[in-house]
Amino acid sequence: MTTPMTTPMSRALTLAGLAAVPLAVLGVFFVLPVSGMVSEGFVVDGRFDPGGVLEVLGRPRVHRVLWFTVWSSTVATLVAVLLGLPAAHLLHRRRFPGQRVLRSLLLVPFVLPTVVVGVAFRELIGEAGPLGFLGLDGSAAAIVAGLVFFNVAVVIRAVGAAWESLDPRPAEAAAALGASPVQVLRTVTLPALRPAIVSAASVVFLFCATAFGVVLTLGGLRYSSVETEIYLLTTNLLDLQAAAALSILQLLAITGLLVVTGRLRAVPDPALSRSTARPPRPSPGDWPGVVTTALVLLLVGTPLAALVTGSLRVGDTWSLANYRALGGEGDQQALLVPVGDALVTSLRTAVDATWMSLSLGVLVAVVVTRRSRSRTERRVRGLLDGLFMLPLGVSAVTLGFGFLITLDRPPLDLRDSLLLVPIAQALVALPLVVRTLVPVLGGIDDRQRQAAASLGAGPLRTFATVDLPAMWRPLTAAAGFAFAVSLGEFGATSFLAREDHPTLPIVIFRLIGHPGAMNYGMALAASVVLAATTAAVMLAVDRLRVSSVGAF
Amino acid sequence: MLTLDRLTVAYDGTPAVVDASLELEDGHVLAVLGPSGSGKSTLLRAVAGLEPPVSGRICWDDEDLAGVPTHKRGFALMFQDGQLFAHLTVARNVGYALRLRRTPRAAERVEELLALVGLEGYAERLPATLSGGERQRVALARSLAVSPRLLLLDEPLSALDAGLRERLATDLREILQSAGTTALMVTHDQDEAYAVADRLAVMRGGRIVQQGEIGAVWRAPADPETALFLGYARVLEGAAAATLLRAAGLPVAPAVAVRRSALVVDADGPLRGRVVSGRATPELIRLVVDVEGIGELDAVARLGSHPAPGDGVRLGVDPGRLAETPAGH
Repeated sequence: MTTPMTTPMSRALTLAGLAAVPLAVLGVFFVLPVSGMVSEGFVVDGRFDPGGVLEVLGRPRVHRVLWFTVWSSTVATLVAVLLGLPAAHLLHRRRFPGQRVLRSLLLVPFVLPTVVVGVAFRELIGEAGPLGFLGLDGSAAAIVAGLVFFNVAVVIRAVGAAWESLDPRPAEAAAALGASPVQVLRTVTLPALRPAIVSAASVVFLFCATAFGVVLTLGGLRYSSVETEIYLLTTNLLDLQAAAALSILQLLAITGLLVVTGRLRAVPDPALSRSTARPPRPSPGDWPGVVTTALVLLLVGTPLAALVTGSLRVGDTWSLANYRALGGEGDQQALLVPVGDALVTSLRTAVDATWMSLSLGVLVAVVVTRRSRSRTERRVRGLLDGLFMLPLGVSAVTLGFGFLITLDRPPLDLRDSLLLVPIAQALVALPLVVRTLVPVLGGIDDRQRQAAASLGAGPLRTFATVDLPAMWRPLTAAAGFAFAVSLGEFGATSFLAREDHPTLPIVIFRLIGHPGAMNYGMALAASVVLAATTAAVMLAVDRLRVSSVGAF
Repeated sequence: MLTLDRLTVAYDGTPAVVDASLELEDGHVLAVLGPSGSGKSTLLRAVAGLEPPVSGRICWDDEDLAGVPTHKRGFALMFQDGQLFAHLTVARNVGYALRLRRTPRAAERVEELLALVGLEGYAERLPATLSGGERQRVALARSLAVSPRLLLLDEPLSALDAGLRERLATDLREILQSAGTTALMVTHDQDEAYAVADRLAVMRGGRIVQQGEIGAVWRAPADPETALFLGYARVLEGAAAATLLRAAGLPVAPAVAVRRSALVVDADGPLRGRVVSGRATPELIRLVVDVEGIGELDAVARLGSHPAPGDGVRLGVDPGRLAETPAGH
């Protein structure tokens, strides 16, 4: 909220003032826990000892884990891009009935709770599942499929948004000069889309490399990624130094990746010259788009269908018993609280996480989008922008673990606070909120604010006149997005949730880990409830039609 | 009265306005004319309080405005493309500043303003439904609503097409005069400046190279570049200048700026030349003539005459279309 002031000093003060709250929150709830993690690795018995970290990194198992993380993420990213590009073309450059519904549906997987997806895939390809004969259960292929399931939506959204607003005239000019459709694609369209594609691919790689719930539920004992390994080392093996070493490695790799992504985003976006032409109907030449869209639908639809079917069966008969059981604690006291209570906890937590991430997100978005007057100021704003993106890349497990070891003693003892979980979830959702708001605020012509100021409006009034009307829709959308993300958050929550106040994803994970047919049935039913809640929120958000949701 | 005293404004250390001094008395309209990149918009933004000066002062009635934020300066700024608030109706846009000040009987004032800019009946329309010219009129009404002590106009007509621009320029002048508004306008268009303003400052390379009453500046450009920018076709120096001035019956000067229509084909004219090329326009024929003792110059001939390239012609000179200038360097 900086109406231009006349002195550089007061501008600097305004910038600092606005950034102070998010910075403080980020400092206490992000930098502190993460650096707590780092020191856990380097400091042994009060002495600085980097040898332990190196020792951990030399272990053969760690090599296997690293290698698996890199190749599974790479393959999943490639598949997601290959499936996503033609589908993005069909869904964003062609016009057909039901298109909008299809687009909305394909956005849902991205926010589905990872645990739910894991359960759905196991239900589909497990020994007793419809695809059990393929023997995919516990295989690397299943994990890659799970990763693609989530991330193909990101590619379709991000590239689709760019494609939709791409000026069609250069392509038409190339065609008029004799280029075949394939040549047009290769020489004109893809180069223009390159920033969007590369940016989407790097974000997808980031998500894959830090995926937790999917790998944990599908990988079993055979496969572990860096993320799940950190979890296992911490909770099962209590080898904190090794966990810290892996966290540091992950932090460095991901910060590097984020810097690259940030650079790529800084490339002037050719999609800015907006097209207004009405897209044509699909033609036979659009078969790649049709085929891949069908494939994506199949990939997204079958596990979910298997999940719903499974939840409705008890033994060999159709029954709602699994759902009725949600009021109880499961077989053999699998749970301390009924599943219904967990759902209420989940919703409460999500509400808290939503207002937290929204208030921070608005401040951050305002700070980073204000017109900079000097190169230094521009650099500071750019730096802040990148800083608040960090939680996107730092694994939720690292964050949760960091919370656990740093916020458990005075002056800040939050171990027993019910706010700990929503705070962690708010930080996980923050980058997504910021990414939804920044394009909108950045797209406002600054002269609108100057016009308001020259008519006598003060900074707050200017904000209310110019920024707020443009922002309320994306803000509502971001709220829904944060809510959905928080509902499904598993990585950080698995560390922080209290035994007597678990969230729904935690309960589901506990249920599938406990023997007993009823427990598994309840896990399926709870997954359906959670998925339905999340999907409903996401679809409501998409009704608002904010194109920056889910586009990075 | 607005006073700029040796004002310097810079972006990231690169000066955009250098040592600019200006005075604008109440009730006058000053046009700052300059090519793009001359720093004229920066000058305007500094007056509005949108850019901080590196040095120098901006004063209103001897009160230094340093440290006064934009919204407290009482200057209204009107942009090239209006910058209306798209979600507010025309009436709410125009009444915006009135509402900020809780002015009583704002609705009446809004109607008055809409009538002033010729948009009666547009009150409930949304900006998106207006044409470019209508939007600029609304923006003007909005800027005038609380009778700002100074109106700042940033290329107010440049975004409009030619015919509309001419009409709106005349309207703008009348509206400003009838409201007695003091205004500072920046533009790159000589016609726009001439149509709206009564005082002119010419900017080049961040510096104000000339200022004064608009006709006076036009009659006596400060240097050859200014002359060319003001629309003179060529600047002659030395012997060529002397020959032309003598032919026009004027005292000899080191340099003379020549408008495109200063030389007229005339059987009794004092100059001789050979036609190099010709081009017909709806009103007259424009020629380029190689004039003896001077070189190539623009000239005009009446429609209906048919001078062809290579023909010899005699030329008369219209002294009103010449301007003595100091020689270039």
